[in-house]
Amino acid sequence: MAYDYEKHIRAGKLPHIWCPGCGHGIAMKGLIRALDTCGLEKNNTAIVSGIGCASRLPGYMDYNTLHTAHGRAAAFATGVKMSKPEMNVIVVGGDGDGTAIGGNHFIHACRRNIDMTYVILNNYIYGMTGGQFSPCTPTGHKASTTVYGNPDPIFDISKLAIGAGATFVARTTAFHATQIDKLIAEGIKHKGMAIIEVLDDCPTTYGRRNKFRSVVDMMKRLKEIAVPVAAASKMTAEQLEGKVLTGVLYKEDKPEYTEQYAQVIERAKGA
Amino acid sequence: MAKKVALLQGNTACAYGALYAGCNFFGGYPITPSTEVAEVLSEELPKIGGKFIQMEDEIGAMASVIGASLTGQKALTATSGPGVSLKQELIGYACIAETPCVIINVMRGGPSTGMPTGPGQSDVQQAKWGTHGDHPVIALVPASCQEIFSETVRAFNLAEKYRMPVQVLYDEIVGHMRERIEFPEPGELEVIDREAPSCSPEDYKPFDPSNGDVPPLAAFGSEYRFHVTGLNKAADGFPTTKAELVDAEQRRQLRKIDANIADIESYEEYQTDDAEVVIFAYGSTSRSARYAVNELRKEGVKAGLFRPITLWPFPEKRVAELAQQAKAIIVPELNLGQMNLEVERVAKGACEIIGIHRVDGEPINPGQIMAQVKEVV
Amino acid sequence: MSAKAEIEIIERYCKGCSICVEFCPTKVLEMDAFVVKVANADACIACNQCELRCPDFAIKVHKL
Repeated sequence: MAYDYEKHIRAGKLPHIWCPGCGHGIAMKGLIRALDTCGLEKNNTAIVSGIGCASRLPGYMDYNTLHTAHGRAAAFATGVKMSKPEMNVIVVGGDGDGTAIGGNHFIHACRRNIDMTYVILNNYIYGMTGGQFSPCTPTGHKASTTVYGNPDPIFDISKLAIGAGATFVARTTAFHATQIDKLIAEGIKHKGMAIIEVLDDCPTTYGRRNKFRSVVDMMKRLKEIAVPVAAASKMTAEQLEGKVLTGVLYKEDKPEYTEQYAQVIERAKGA
Repeated sequence: MAKKVALLQGNTACAYGALYAGCNFFGGYPITPSTEVAEVLSEELPKIGGKFIQMEDEIGAMASVIGASLTGQKALTATSGPGVSLKQELIGYACIAETPCVIINVMRGGPSTGMPTGPGQSDVQQAKWGTHGDHPVIALVPASCQEIFSETVRAFNLAEKYRMPVQVLYDEIVGHMRERIEFPEPGELEVIDREAPSCSPEDYKPFDPSNGDVPPLAAFGSEYRFHVTGLNKAADGFPTTKAELVDAEQRRQLRKIDANIADIESYEEYQTDDAEVVIFAYGSTSRSARYAVNELRKEGVKAGLFRPITLWPFPEKRVAELAQQAKAIIVPELNLGQMNLEVERVAKGACEIIGIHRVDGEPINPGQIMAQVKEVV
Repeated sequence: MSAKAEIEIIERYCKGCSICVEFCPTKVLEMDAFVVKVANADACIACNQCELRCPDFAIKVHKL
């Protein structure tokens, strides 16, 4: 028997809206396998997103799903998790949604170390609005609003998450399909804020403008730039030029927010 | 047994009213002149196992409240004009996603940062028109500490009953003044909880209109799994662009208010039976107006006060009647003419509408109102 | 050589991106008018790479 993805997907919702070759579907499959691995109960799990292509993912999932406003997923998710700490909370979104309009919620959710798993699909672009540059569009690259080349420096999402206080930060790519579910599963099991950045391809609005001839070219690039953390330690700075580290980038045990708040409740009741 | 009484600030009364209503989640961001609501709830909520969270910004606060409500909590936020401006997008979200919650707006001057410590009533039209798109609006405008308590309870009740955000607006004067309040006994004021679905989880549609305009709302974490989106959606909660479904959904939402005006409307009339001049006033301004009416009556002037407690939906019918009866309606307010416009719209020229407006951070005093009434008669 | 798995293509889900074709190590798959098809079933080694990387839930690998 083949793996049964559809037992996690709402009946009649496929095919999804994503363009041919968009890696979001690969990431969604990874998420499904991770939910399965961790044995999360559907009724007790909420999947929350903002706005954008990646944020359409929860709508397909047969869970409690909350498709919020642009950038606000982490803040909505915080309300859900605070109210019902026993629920598993997964956030899914894109690079623009999470780190531009939602940047403040993103860093503060990391800072609180609230127990949720945030899967951020970084395709370097605002796809749904037609390919405007995001905080992750490489400098010099083209987007519909940077036709002369992007003058902006980029956010390194994983570094941002580590700096902001997330206690589990991992990165992989849409090419590395089996790593996606392993890292998400590890993030789900981690008590605290887990960020899993999945470098993704947007052939329609990013690839075409930046001289990728095909989806396959974009996938090959993801394969080529990825360097596992362990391998990177044996490489020179020169060898690492243009590469991106993948795997678990950071892990730390720190007090989790809803547990801390449970102690507040204890203290208040004792007072 | 004598009731428990206390000398409470308006904002503190609001916090206790929320607790009476069963509020168990507060998400907020510090802003003058509303912060006492947050301060009191940060202390009181954990005592009952409730949750208080100070979010990173006003938008995050509103988001956390909606998230909490979807898990079945009674959720509150409190802010002031600049915060409400920031929250608008998600107030719209709570409307389209039909998520019960209460937003307290302790009004100061504006626009922008304005006069943070001064009173204002400049957000009353924002409460109605602040978000983009069409949606129902309920806004309550209490005028005393006791009424802040009871209207906060009513705000939760209306939010739960009609599955929508409800705003409570009071100006800084009412929010920061201290008055004796009597705590209602448990059960004395009605407390309404949202209707839960009774169908099987497989059949549940979160926006199903077949049993009335307010579909039951399940909670995340129960056996009902459902999808919530800010997109126009069909009865099953999933996005649609089908014209007839989008239209039906939006009209159903407006009907929740339009078909229940009598239940939602609330106002007080004082000496209006034979009034030749009616003063339309709310919040702190209505207190000056009441004083003015008493003084004018002593002088034989037939003045009366109409005080809306529910500001939106606007008490159209009664205001139209009073416009037929009176020579003039005087509208004192701490803005440059906001409800004035609504009174004009409803009066349809039946009488003169005269505004008294003040935005200098000072209250409208009875003398100002009396002078205007005398000018008319 | 005999197939180690049977590959099921759900044609109405396939958007024709050809990722599966490219990364199949034994060249089992081919594009046919923007939809993938099994061209060389016997070569399948059941590695599952095509299914894992199909973004469209259009491939199921049934191991034999």
